[in-house]
Amino acid sequence: MALLSRGIILASVLALAACTNPDRFDSAGGAGGAGGIGGIGAPGSASDPRSPLYFQQTIGDRVLFPVDQSSITPQYQAVLDGQAQWLMTNTDYVAIIEGHADEQGTREYNLALGARRANAVQEYLISRGVASSRLRVISYGKERPIELCSDEACYSQNRRAVTVISAGLSG
Amino acid sequence: MTRVLTLLAALVVLAMPAAAQTGPLRIEITEGVIEPLPFANPDFVAENAAAAELARAISRVVAEDLTGTGLFREIPSNAFISQITSFNSPVQFADWRAINAQALISGAVSVGGDGSIAVKFRLYDVFAGQELGDGLQFNGTQAGWRRMAHKVADAVYSRITGEGGYFDSRVVYVAETGPKDDRRKRLAIMDYDGANVQYLTDSNAIVLAPRFSPTGDRILFTSYESGFPRIYVMDVASVGRRALPTQEGTMSFAPRFAPDGNTVVYSLTTGGNTDIYRMDINSGATTRLTSTPSIETAPSFSPDGSRIVFESDRSGTQQLYIMSANGGEPQRISFGQGRYGTPVWSPRGDLIAFTKQSKGRFHIGVMRTDGSEERLLTASFLDEGPTWSPNGRVIMFTRETQGESGAASLYSVDISGRNLKQIRTEGGASDPAWSPLQR
Repeated sequence: MALLSRGIILASVLALAACTNPDRFDSAGGAGGAGGIGGIGAPGSASDPRSPLYFQQTIGDRVLFPVDQSSITPQYQAVLDGQAQWLMTNTDYVAIIEGHADEQGTREYNLALGARRANAVQEYLISRGVASSRLRVISYGKERPIELCSDEACYSQNRRAVTVISAGLSG
Repeated sequence: MTRVLTLLAALVVLAMPAAAQTGPLRIEITEGVIEPLPFANPDFVAENAAAAELARAISRVVAEDLTGTGLFREIPSNAFISQITSFNSPVQFADWRAINAQALISGAVSVGGDGSIAVKFRLYDVFAGQELGDGLQFNGTQAGWRRMAHKVADAVYSRITGEGGYFDSRVVYVAETGPKDDRRKRLAIMDYDGANVQYLTDSNAIVLAPRFSPTGDRILFTSYESGFPRIYVMDVASVGRRALPTQEGTMSFAPRFAPDGNTVVYSLTTGGNTDIYRMDINSGATTRLTSTPSIETAPSFSPDGSRIVFESDRSGTQQLYIMSANGGEPQRISFGQGRYGTPVWSPRGDLIAFTKQSKGRFHIGVMRTDGSEERLLTASFLDEGPTWSPNGRVIMFTRETQGESGAASLYSVDISGRNLKQIRTEGGASDPAWSPLQR
């Protein structure tokens, strides 16, 4: 019984938290107001279009790949178009593109496969006008999974190339 | 840090009047199922009081080495009729025949005034009623006592099977801790049986796939410590390391020594394309060995240094190929169903071990160097990365379990497919590489 009521309390707390989310967004958005046309959020927040967080969350920092493939599917070309545009607007930033593979492969092959994926993203961004000097690639193979189950649901998230933005001038 | 093993294998042949010809005691290691050979290994005799504990410990390691092969079965000491109380007393063969001991090992240990130890042993063919080979003595330091036990076991194994031993050897591997999404990796080295672990790097950077030099004095490995994957060479005794030269904007990995100990083959990735190169590690001069848009990696030299086996997906999937050590047109050798990777040439030159992926399962297998007589030795959710014992009879590899709590550990299996077992390690372990026999 005690367990059940604790469960109900927990559920209502969660519901409450969900309700308050939009409010927090508004206050974070400040005078500009979230949802305004081209609204500029608090500098550095996810609603500030010039922030790396905006790049990561709104534009999308990653593309996913089918098994053993490294070509960019049409669905992700739009994401990369957004990335390219952002990079050309925010010229103070550079990017490292990290290629990854799922665990269904041998370690060294997966390193090479991750490199192919990162390179495919790099070439796409260059073809859209981003200077190659601002882009570097690295492969982690299967060393850095983000989803842990051993099913396609997780594998599909791990077969990725992630564009990681950082302030420039790092050479 | 440095564990100097001053085991001077002063092989003193002990005088023994009995004829030392090879008797009928013999295990033929064949592909068929064999009955393990029963042997008796009474605790070694302590020749002075200081040696009591060591004598028992050494005889235990000898027994574990032999039974660990799956080829020998130890007869428990409570079945013994005779005891061995002195190394030089005559052996009562009838008492050992009565308990069906086919081989008898007698040994003795003494500790010298300077702390050095001497280990000697004799091997008897019980049913022939004679010694098999000559008695041997090994001298060394107390710190190296396990090595002396392994040397005794190697001699016994070698005399009975006719094959070289492999117990006095080490394994370099990647020690793993932490959950799957925050795994920490360190280079580690241990005896072949998991004893005497020493960590060679900290866990701040990913390290991958170490390999020994042909004499076991150096290790090649890949590390992300510069931020990008790069090849390092480490001196085992000093643990000092240096990065091999590389070009900005490239990744290099999958390094392996040539039998000359000065040449390294490895993969270099540039512009997303991975090919195989060789480098003279003294001069840094490099030669490109493959030039295709496909992935070429996991090279391994033939023992004579003339050829290189590697994997390539030029046909559309990972397959095994052999080329000259100078490059040139390769010959494909794998044609079965599935994908083949991580080929490793046997130290005997006769076989190539590999990882195979087929129908969602991973296997460790072996095939002849022309691709014939493929045999799969294991099957699991994820087996990969075989490495050969110094005598080419046993393969160690990584086995990883599935799911969120998935973890890696080291296993070994006989090339007949028998005697699959896990190697004891603290925490997770992957990417083993077996050293040559120590000297």
